[in-house]
Amino acid sequence: MPNPLHSNASEAQEHEPRVVAFLCKWCSSAGSDLAGVSRIQYSANATPITIPCTGSVSPMYILAAFNKGADGVLVSGCHPGDCHYMEGNYLARRKLYLVQQLLRFIGLEADRFRMSWVSAAEGAKFAEIVDEFVGDLRALGPQNRLKARH
Amino acid sequence: MSKRTGLFVCHCGKNIAATVDVKKVAEQLGKDDGVVFSQDYVYMCSDPGQGAVIDAIKENNLDGMVISCCSPTLHEKTFRDASELGGLSGFRCEIANIREQCSWVHKDRDQATDKAIKISRAAVSRVQHDEPLDPIGVPVTRRALVVGGGIAGIQAALDLAEAGLDVVMVEKQSTIGGNMLKLSETFPTLDCSQCILSPKMVAVSKNPKIKLLTESEVENVSGFVGNFNVRIKKRAQYVDPDLCKICDDCSNVCPVAVPNEYDEGLTNRRAIFIPFAQAIPASFTLDDQACLGLKPVVCGKCEEVCEAGAIDYDRRPTVIEEEVGAIVVATGYDLYGMDKLGEYGAGRYADVLDGLQFERLCSASGATEGHIMRPSDHKVPKEIVFIQCSGSRDPENHCAWCSKICCMYTAKHATLYKHHVPDGQAYIFYIDIRSGGKGYEEFVQRSMEKDGVVYLRGRVSRVYEKNGKLKVLGVDTLSGRNVEIDADMVVLAQAMEPSRGTAEIAKTLKIGLDKDGFLAESHPKLKPVESVTAGIYLAGAAQGPKDIPETVAQASAAASKVIALLSKDELQHSPTVAKVRDPYCTGCEMCVDACPYDAISLVAGKASVNEVLCQGCGSCVGVCVRAAIDVKNVSQLQIHDMISAVLAA
Repeated sequence: MPNPLHSNASEAQEHEPRVVAFLCKWCSSAGSDLAGVSRIQYSANATPITIPCTGSVSPMYILAAFNKGADGVLVSGCHPGDCHYMEGNYLARRKLYLVQQLLRFIGLEADRFRMSWVSAAEGAKFAEIVDEFVGDLRALGPQNRLKARH
Repeated sequence: MSKRTGLFVCHCGKNIAATVDVKKVAEQLGKDDGVVFSQDYVYMCSDPGQGAVIDAIKENNLDGMVISCCSPTLHEKTFRDASELGGLSGFRCEIANIREQCSWVHKDRDQATDKAIKISRAAVSRVQHDEPLDPIGVPVTRRALVVGGGIAGIQAALDLAEAGLDVVMVEKQSTIGGNMLKLSETFPTLDCSQCILSPKMVAVSKNPKIKLLTESEVENVSGFVGNFNVRIKKRAQYVDPDLCKICDDCSNVCPVAVPNEYDEGLTNRRAIFIPFAQAIPASFTLDDQACLGLKPVVCGKCEEVCEAGAIDYDRRPTVIEEEVGAIVVATGYDLYGMDKLGEYGAGRYADVLDGLQFERLCSASGATEGHIMRPSDHKVPKEIVFIQCSGSRDPENHCAWCSKICCMYTAKHATLYKHHVPDGQAYIFYIDIRSGGKGYEEFVQRSMEKDGVVYLRGRVSRVYEKNGKLKVLGVDTLSGRNVEIDADMVVLAQAMEPSRGTAEIAKTLKIGLDKDGFLAESHPKLKPVESVTAGIYLAGAAQGPKDIPETVAQASAAASKVIALLSKDELQHSPTVAKVRDPYCTGCEMCVDACPYDAISLVAGKASVNEVLCQGCGSCVGVCVRAAIDVKNVSQLQIHDMISAVLAA
């Protein structure tokens, strides 16, 4: 049965996904800096917002981003055990898992929200993650489920 | 809200301008609400660029400044300093990273320009809510704690004391000296380890600035850089070091025998013992795990014979509280467990030894007084096999890392063996020989050429006993042949791993570990002696495998960092800390639980932040269901505005 909330294939082809990427300043933001220093080319669809720690990400940020029309939200932090603040990423992992469940419950495709662990040394991994995410989002087309209708 | 925002877009020569239409970014942002000044410039970080920032602030009466340029890790400080010179709080200057995160990673000019506009716009919307903050000044305690009394801790403590600082040194064992004390000679000069270490140990004990706490462990640390409170637990002092005359009457009557740690288990010691004659502090000590006499009805012999009256079985552990401004962690290494190398017969055959055991055999202070003989039958080994990388460089089965010192100490072992047993033959199995260091390569060459040590490039598959010999099966990959050696003794160059208890001390101190369990430095190149926690520094093999010169250098480096830190009257703490919005706080304590620094407590039913303890991580923000807590200048309002800016059509 066609889902009216999902766009049709032809629309999806033309749609450029818009991604908000919340990056921990100690690891993933530094990792994306390394991708830059290494001149690794990747999709321009994700715009970074640097935050002190993934632990500081309120679920509201993610919902707000979808509400304001994001097609995907990425939260990227330090590898488990490597948090600059000891345990912020553990907090984030527990909390954002629940956010993921919530998003699924309210009918958003699971692929639109992603968490990743990218250290300051993993520039190439950061680029790969963004490219893969944008690729998956391109297939999904525009996000209308949580987008505010004006 | 700031209404007079200025924006500069840097070309960074061609680094940004080649991919991003910098003029368009400046032009577009110039139309945004509250942006009253917007310009592009070829090199913002140059002197004229910074001058332009200062002039723009003054001429336009700006209350916020955004520089769209490279990563904030490079020039945030530069531009915040420039803003201050222009009369604008540095905390009202933000960086939009359009180089590393944009121009360098995209080729399409339109897309990159579009993204640069979004990044810049997000920074503008953030800066418009930035508060003009002042750094928080905190007083400094001019004392330091050194954890670990090996060569690293000793060097750091002596340097600190030399600079006039009071030092508390905590050592788990009953003597300082650490692993270096067990070594016979040291490469590449073959000078005696004790001869170079003992004077330093004595210097520690004689220095009035150094308070030495042996048989002690750090139990808890609270506080922050400049003001740590440390709780130290000292084991019961059954033997009073001030009364003990080291006459040895006690150990002669002690009926208990347990393996001697100082001799790596090659000999036994009594329950009341002195690890070795030159121990610091110079006193016998009682091992209460082994002693029978803590209940004197059972034994009590040593107390009876002690003429000095130094023994008291009723002593209890004590807890010592110390206030210090900085901490040096030098907890050292242990060798990788022999029990894990079953294929080499480790732990099964008495004549398969690890590197430190072999040191004890060679050492004049060891059980054999420096005569190399087999533990099993006390015969002199005529064929000896050394196996390098035993447990190292084997990510599938053992440790992934190179233990760095084994190539050198194995060459030293083989050389020492030849000096003791001139008619014997030494074989070394190796993967590669890594002999970087002053005089190191020459030392290895000498062991081959002068001492006739046979180097076999390859690994050993198995060691087993046959007809009283240790049969070593290996391969020589250079000749492509299998090798079988009937050895009298096998010495394994066991990998170096963080000392037991490293994970616990890291947790107590709230400093990180790397993937291998060594203490993590703050930056692998530029901050090699700083831990991730301000005011806590690292020295020696606890941070990674290293030899003695490197350890000493790192210890002195850590000490000099502490000296610089504690030379200030007041420390500056970042003011971007959490702030509670009182009316919304319900006192649910979610933030109190989430805070990793114990910086939040309830005061009159509302959360209250200790600004000095707070590190600004925002763990509290992430859990507050009523959005009643914020990190200053990364507030939730700011993040929501940044999200809007990023997603604006």
